[in-house]
Amino acid sequence: MTQKRTPLVNLKNISISFGGIKAVDGVSVDLYPGEVVGLLGHNGAGKSTLIKCLSGAYQADAGEIFINGKKVIINNPRDARDQNIETIYQTLALADNLDAASNLFLGRELIGPGGFLDESKMEAETRKIMARLNPNFQKFNEPVSALSGGQRQSVAIARAVYFDAKILIMDEPTAALGPQESEMVSELIQQLKKQGLGIFLIEHDIHNVMKLCDRASVMKNGLLVGTERVGDVTEDDILSMIILGKNPKVKV
Amino acid sequence: MVLVIVTRNIDLSVGSMIGVIAMAMGLLQVEILPQIVGIGHWSIWIMAVIVGLIFGALIGALHGWLIAYREIPAFIVTLGGLMVWRGMAFLSAGGRTISPVDGTFALLGGGPYGAIGAWGSWAVGLTACLGVAYTIYAGRKSRIKHNFRLRPKWAEAMLAIIGWSAIIGAVLLVNSYPWPKGIVKQYGAKIGQDLEGTFISHGFAIPVLILVTVGILMTILVTRTRFGRYVFAIGGNPEAAALAGIDTKWVTMKVFALMGMLTAIAAVIASARLNSATNALGTLDELYVIAAAVIGGTSLSGGVGKIYGAILGALVMQSLQSGMVLIGFDSAIQRIVVGVVLVLAVYLDILYNKRVK
Repeated sequence: MTQKRTPLVNLKNISISFGGIKAVDGVSVDLYPGEVVGLLGHNGAGKSTLIKCLSGAYQADAGEIFINGKKVIINNPRDARDQNIETIYQTLALADNLDAASNLFLGRELIGPGGFLDESKMEAETRKIMARLNPNFQKFNEPVSALSGGQRQSVAIARAVYFDAKILIMDEPTAALGPQESEMVSELIQQLKKQGLGIFLIEHDIHNVMKLCDRASVMKNGLLVGTERVGDVTEDDILSMIILGKNPKVKV
Repeated sequence: MVLVIVTRNIDLSVGSMIGVIAMAMGLLQVEILPQIVGIGHWSIWIMAVIVGLIFGALIGALHGWLIAYREIPAFIVTLGGLMVWRGMAFLSAGGRTISPVDGTFALLGGGPYGAIGAWGSWAVGLTACLGVAYTIYAGRKSRIKHNFRLRPKWAEAMLAIIGWSAIIGAVLLVNSYPWPKGIVKQYGAKIGQDLEGTFISHGFAIPVLILVTVGILMTILVTRTRFGRYVFAIGGNPEAAALAGIDTKWVTMKVFALMGMLTAIAAVIASARLNSATNALGTLDELYVIAAAVIGGTSLSGGVGKIYGAILGALVMQSLQSGMVLIGFDSAIQRIVVGVVLVLAVYLDILYNKRVK
């Protein structure tokens, strides 16, 4: 039924190679509004590389990207943002020497009268969104290097959420977090899903995948092993896809 | 230089660039322009300065292009620049010293004539006072608008008073410096009056005003514009800056072009002060500039630095040096002291930062 609608994102036959090594080889995945698609696979399976083609950090050697059924060309992160694609990188991609507000608006600063940065407005907006995401957050005037892992993560998430993203890419959002903060991220994902966002979630923790995702796409050595509805498979099925690179359904 | 270091680069070619730009401006106003517009024409100094600034920006842009787009390390590019531009400075005039420069141009270097006198100084001081008041007022207004915590009124007033007294103090100080007797006599002879024993106050020197203006403009550029924000973002995390959609290469190139232009201003002042352009002008200046930036708190690992810090750093270095000259220290000892101070200053900074963390 959902398959009848136009996918929010459709990556078709994406290939990219680095110096003769095919990091991603003809992979196609799609994403519908209000859906979370998990991307799984070993380290080096090509998940992050695939997703970086969508976020504009890399350009695919071959393949096409469709957003809402329209073909788009994404050459740099700015193009991706213009398509309402926001990314939370594994490394968070924060400038450690700048404060939360500066990071949140990095590359999209609010400009006040006279063409100068409107610092107070940016700080006020940051306070608003942080009050929603992480009410305990207080360190607005310190460089983000002074923040804890969870606080840094919430700055990175705030950056993605603030600008009305339609498509959200999360690269291991809970990797560096404690249990309580991970729970917070999970809740946020559910919440965003309800708002109709499409989310690509790169995740290693199979329990999180089962809990949060609607579908899971598994990659191995740059190839797509298969995409399955999470409700139709067991954890073991997904694990065998990751480890053996075989789709249990096809085998059956 | 602060900006260059903040983006995790370095510029070793500053001294040589001062030499070659000063030489270009010297040749222009002494040998080329007078043939076109006539000796002593009013526009000579303006054209020379403009050409100098453009020349500086072009050299800087060339360095920036090699560094950002051709990905040659900044250390190497500017080390090459250090040698190339010094060589060019020598070749362009065959090693001659170009002197004297245009009369109006020489005023930019300071000296008794290159100052704005008592009334001019008061005007500058008054403008600065108004500027301070406006800054405090605008800051308070925007905090009110966004419901941020406000400083108490007395603290704002205190800030204003401190600012004003510092400015008025500076004006009084520069106005209390008289013109030297000889200059007064010379000036009197020129206007046909006997001014023997008259007190003519010196006022702010033009180079000082240039410094203050550049300092303020650069501070605004760094803290209040996108460009400044991007420079710091690149210094803090180049990868993050690129992922945030910032064209890091273009910003880097602009930083170097700006550096070239500021170097050209330095070349203007240096050659105007000496009233001549020599091919050795600015030798070793790059190291003093780097030292000033570092003493002023700029981190060589990038991402941290302040314009006023670098100005204070330069002030410390130069005061130290001038002071030692006045006391009569040997130039060898001066170098030793400056070197030790540089290392000590950075060490103290590191100690302080550790404490804070």
